[in-house]
Amino acid sequence: MSNSLRLFISVMFVAVMWPSAYAQDVSREQIKGLDEQVQEIKADALAIAAELNQLEEKLLYPSDTQIAVFVAWDSDETYRLDTIEVELNGEPTARHIYTFKELEALKKGGVQRLYTGNITIGDHAMHVFASGKSSAGFDVKNSKQFKVHKSVGPKIVEILLAPRSIEIKEL
Amino acid sequence: MLRLIAILAGLILLPVNTAVAEMSAPRELKDLYFGEALYCAFQEEWFDAIARLDTELAQHHRLDEREMDTLYYHINHAEFAVGDFELAYRMHQRAGRAITAVIEGNVEEPVRNEAIYRLARIYFQKDQPANAQFAVERIDGVIPEKIRENLDFLRAQIYMANGNFDKAVEILRRLQSTEKYKGFASYNLGIALVKSGKTQKGRYYIDLAGQVKSDQPLTLAIRDKANLVLGAKLLEEKKYEDAKTTLDRVRIEGPFSNRALLGSGWADAYQGKYERALVPWSALVHREVTDASVQEAMLSVPYAYGKLNIYSKAALMYDSALVKFRAEIDKLDASIQSIHKGHFLKALVREELKQDANWVVKLRSLPHTPETYYLLELMASHDFQESLKNYLDLEQLRRRLETWKSDLVAFEDLIAHRRAYYDPLLPVIDKEFRRLDSQMRLRLEQRDRIEKRLKKMLVVPRPDYLATSDERVLGEQIARLEEMLEKSGVSSNKASNASIRRLRGILTWNIYTQYDRRLTEAYKHLGELNDEIELLKKQYTAFVRSRQAATQSYEGYEEGISRLWSRISGAHEKVEALMERQGYMLETMAVNELTRRRERLSECEVKARFAVADSYDRATRELSQEKVNQ
Repeated sequence: MSNSLRLFISVMFVAVMWPSAYAQDVSREQIKGLDEQVQEIKADALAIAAELNQLEEKLLYPSDTQIAVFVAWDSDETYRLDTIEVELNGEPTARHIYTFKELEALKKGGVQRLYTGNITIGDHAMHVFASGKSSAGFDVKNSKQFKVHKSVGPKIVEILLAPRSIEIKEL
Repeated sequence: MLRLIAILAGLILLPVNTAVAEMSAPRELKDLYFGEALYCAFQEEWFDAIARLDTELAQHHRLDEREMDTLYYHINHAEFAVGDFELAYRMHQRAGRAITAVIEGNVEEPVRNEAIYRLARIYFQKDQPANAQFAVERIDGVIPEKIRENLDFLRAQIYMANGNFDKAVEILRRLQSTEKYKGFASYNLGIALVKSGKTQKGRYYIDLAGQVKSDQPLTLAIRDKANLVLGAKLLEEKKYEDAKTTLDRVRIEGPFSNRALLGSGWADAYQGKYERALVPWSALVHREVTDASVQEAMLSVPYAYGKLNIYSKAALMYDSALVKFRAEIDKLDASIQSIHKGHFLKALVREELKQDANWVVKLRSLPHTPETYYLLELMASHDFQESLKNYLDLEQLRRRLETWKSDLVAFEDLIAHRRAYYDPLLPVIDKEFRRLDSQMRLRLEQRDRIEKRLKKMLVVPRPDYLATSDERVLGEQIARLEEMLEKSGVSSNKASNASIRRLRGILTWNIYTQYDRRLTEAYKHLGELNDEIELLKKQYTAFVRSRQAATQSYEGYEEGISRLWSRISGAHEKVEALMERQGYMLETMAVNELTRRRERLSECEVKARFAVADSYDRATRELSQEKVNQ
């Protein structure tokens, strides 16, 4: 008994050391074939998304009234941005609470589209509020008012955030 | 143990992670939409990243004067990025096409070489080493600094995959000293040498990889793997002492520690040092019971006690193992049942699990879900990972398509509301507009006439044109008086004639002497009129634009929406069919793995049952012998 047990355990040991292929009953060809079909449907979905985005933009945000507000991070300082709020003509327009991932994406140089909406041609008051925490753990609150001018064609406003400043760039 | 899946997956997916890690934003971002795509990509929202960047690139390529577009400054970066995003989203075919487009475009040598490197990496990942080889051979000239080491490592991997171990060895030797590939290069070098027949040299390098110093988790994992591989080989060759030394170098808490402890025990047991074997095995036996090494240790420990003639303890431990094996077999049966009932797939797509880094493990705590500890190794395997990611991507697509369907319903509602609002309103507005438009045209013509007349007066002065209305009335009255005098026959009345002439003279005098001032004033008034007209034109244009926008807000969408309905519905059907197939594949893999583990446990159970009986017999015999001796 002892010898057969030893032999059994030894065989098991080899099996444990070198686990077998997992997808034994699922062939590589099956996996590959399905993967190619998944890639195709992804491409279809991307094409649909593009068409749907165009439709949405035309239907909801025609260029004459469209305003898009972007947020970019403009500092190397350590600072944890918590929220940003934007008011247009005194009306709350956009508010966002940042997750860790979003904050990291901003700090790596990504630009967040905060808001897309409609405004009339002419001058508008924009008020930006930002709050967060400094590296020392203190609450930091910032706000600044701007005047943005909307003319014919889509309006793009880029908010440049830093721990102690808020600036905008109009495009 | 929880780290096993992460580290194993890390080892397998190293190339893709490298691609993602290489991604960066331009130093000075000029195109916000490109920045938006990067924002999505940095959060690994690949679908959104590709969709946004695709749109931006398509718009850029449609332009006649591309240098006027802000994306022009980042075009090479963007073309690369879209390939990277597609690669990360596991759209290798499209990623390959995107990168090929860069290679075939008019780009500088370093850019072209980087593109070829990325293409080769895709081929290699997709198990096409011959194509990968062909691609890297096209790299020529200046290679960007940031990819040099990666390219060398990829070259070595490709050579190994194609069986050209000598060339791989050449490259890997150079890479050994690099920080990034420390450990990996030595391990691969060892494997390449062994495969090319230089076993001793190969072992030397695997041994070197097993002693590399680092605090990087991936390097530490490859170090453990090197020690495990070498240790197992030495055990096989019955070099037990060396095997033990090597296996004991594996970290006690690392992902390969269970197998190393098991092997270390066997290195002792094969030499008959059962007491020493009990040290690693006893440590192992208290670990996670679902692990195959732990289960084997549950048989090995009593086996060692048996060899040390401690049969009663061995019998008790076999007994305990039997209970645990039975419990695990029951758990595996329940898990297989749960998978057959579809609970596994349902649990895989639960959103709250994805927020947790240990979601695979958390899965097991949900009701009716399988025991995922048994699936950890399976889940770390490349095929399962790819299939699982595809399944999750399909689920994400399914949700998107459902959202898009409800979006389309909302759009149709919106259009219907707009139509209901504007349709009765616009004819009235149009009628009023036509009336105002004709008035406006008339006034504009009048203004034009005045302007023309004033311009002519600069050349040929016409004071009479600038007479005031009072002066005109007076002039007419004087003319009437002259007429009356003539008709009444008193025209010869000198006094009356003189008065009338004086009156006309005064009138003419005023008109002529004030001509310059009046002309200046007329120009000033024309300027004021022009300002008003400018305002009027702006209002007119704004109205026309608003009027057009009103029509465009609900006209001309039917065809597009109907096409989208059909495309979305078609895609939805396809996604559901693919999910079913992909899900079945995952279930099959999981059931196969659980069945394999169940069979192994059943064998263990049978062996333990015999062993327990045998141990009890021996213990009883020993007890009887002792009594006899007394």
